[in-house]
Amino acid sequence: MLPIIFVLPLLQLVILSNAATFEVKNIKFGYVDNDRTTTSRALTEKFTASTYFNVLTNFTSLNKASAAMLKGEIDVVLEIPNHFERDLQKEKYNNLGVTINAIDGAAAGVENVYITQIIQRFNQNLKVNLVQIPDQQIQPINIKTIPLFWYNETLNYKTFMVPGILVLLVTMITLFLSGMNIVREKEIGTLEQINVTPIKKSQFIVGKLFPFWVIGIGLLTIGLILAKVIFNIPMIGSLLLMYLYTSIYIFVVLGIGLFISNFTETQQQAMFISWFFVVVFILMSGLFTPIESMPKWAQLITEFNPIKYFVEVMRMVMLKGSGFLDILPQLLKTALYAFVINGLAVWSYKKTN
Amino acid sequence: MNKNKVIQVEELTKMFGDFAAVNAITFNVEKGEIFGFLGANGAGKTTAMKMLIGISKPTSGKAAVAGYDVFTNAEDIKKSIGYMSQKFALYDDLTVKENITFFGGIYGLSRKQIKEKSKVLIEELGLENVANKLVGALPLGWKQKLSFSVALLHDPKIVFLDEPTGGVDPITRRQFWEMIYKAAHNGTTVFVTTHYMDEAEYCDRVSIMVNGKIEALNTPKKLKEYFKVDNMNDVFLKLARE
Repeated sequence: MLPIIFVLPLLQLVILSNAATFEVKNIKFGYVDNDRTTTSRALTEKFTASTYFNVLTNFTSLNKASAAMLKGEIDVVLEIPNHFERDLQKEKYNNLGVTINAIDGAAAGVENVYITQIIQRFNQNLKVNLVQIPDQQIQPINIKTIPLFWYNETLNYKTFMVPGILVLLVTMITLFLSGMNIVREKEIGTLEQINVTPIKKSQFIVGKLFPFWVIGIGLLTIGLILAKVIFNIPMIGSLLLMYLYTSIYIFVVLGIGLFISNFTETQQQAMFISWFFVVVFILMSGLFTPIESMPKWAQLITEFNPIKYFVEVMRMVMLKGSGFLDILPQLLKTALYAFVINGLAVWSYKKTN
Repeated sequence: MNKNKVIQVEELTKMFGDFAAVNAITFNVEKGEIFGFLGANGAGKTTAMKMLIGISKPTSGKAAVAGYDVFTNAEDIKKSIGYMSQKFALYDDLTVKENITFFGGIYGLSRKQIKEKSKVLIEELGLENVANKLVGALPLGWKQKLSFSVALLHDPKIVFLDEPTGGVDPITRRQFWEMIYKAAHNGTTVFVTTHYMDEAEYCDRVSIMVNGKIEALNTPKKLKEYFKVDNMNDVFLKLARE
């Protein structure tokens, strides 16, 4: 118990302080350059030079860029119109279209500010370059961006948070229920009685999991109804897909719970360890702070965070209307996770000591 | 293998680190026998019993229960035995009937069998009025009798009882032993640990464990003669003090 009390909180302090940053960094940036001139290239280079943006992808059309955003490959699309350079020299101003994935409203706001700053600096440089003839009347050059916030047009905080919080509730309840369960039977002594019967390990585990699985699905249903009725959160994608994913996801959480309860002797220990995982999972899920902003090693840890996938899928399906193929990577990873963790749970449950 | 010897134990040992909780014990139990497994607290009774019922792997030695080896066929042993632990181990939050149905199901009894057996069982125990009450609400003595009956539900060859009468009043203890006699009469072998030396007198044969070893094994009568005392209590004291 002593190591649990000291080691787990210290681990959390070190990992989470580093990982759960509110900075918005490593923004996945895509652009469509319809102009293909020196000026347009100079503009995109400004973004390359910025430390906040990375993964610069040049799309040939806005449609392709939009598709990439739907899949979550990019967060921001900058569209440089045709005749950008010519119009700029003639009219001294131009408008750029910027599309920002605004599911995370707060991050979208920050991203918009970064983009505006870069464009402003670019304006000033241009002035210097273009205004070389001394007697030419100095006219301010003005490129403006017109941001479009996708998937959450009004940057509504609730649209962003409600699906995520629903994920947390389904996860926490099912994890705690399963985590406490076998340990409770150890404490009462019924587990020993069960171990003396010829019941198969897999039968026992399935019998333990199934009720909690039903509870998890029930929670999701109630949560979705409340999200719609109280918060009017859109449900753009397929409900069926949502349930398909959740039904697999819950197995991951239940497996983790069972695994924990196999390695603990008291409900208190199981509670401590479950909490440890829940806190790490939540803060590293991308729910409150964007995963892209975390250091590389922390991003690697998030790969093992089931909540991350659930938050992604929930937002993708509910807010973006993503289809089966869009969430297939998350679905496969979750299924693999479920398979491995439940395998470990069955393996670590020993009828004979 | 001798068919009449339902439990055969040879040099069975369980080590926890350097400590031998059970130190090379050897004994046999015959079919239909009531075998008393005695010893002071911490003498290794429960550890030894756990090896025999297949939930603890022995460190060395040989043991066969109901004809199955404890090392290789622990799961087969579990089909042939009933077990009642020190702790009350039915589900407190299920009713009497639900507990019977649940354990009957685990042992692979059919619904029809379960229905018939639970009717008989509830009648015999006089639990008709509380059959649909939660087990947690029953007095301890009733719980213990129910627990024993559930352990016998699947007609096991051997039933293991770990201090079944701890904390139970004398009348219930008496009734409990009547149930044990009845089970033995029906051909079930009874392997029982106890601290009550008057109960030891009821056994066909008793073994007394001291510090992980079996120090005495015989009928209560022979043991008393050997140690030249009048009751099992004194036999126990003589052995345990050494």
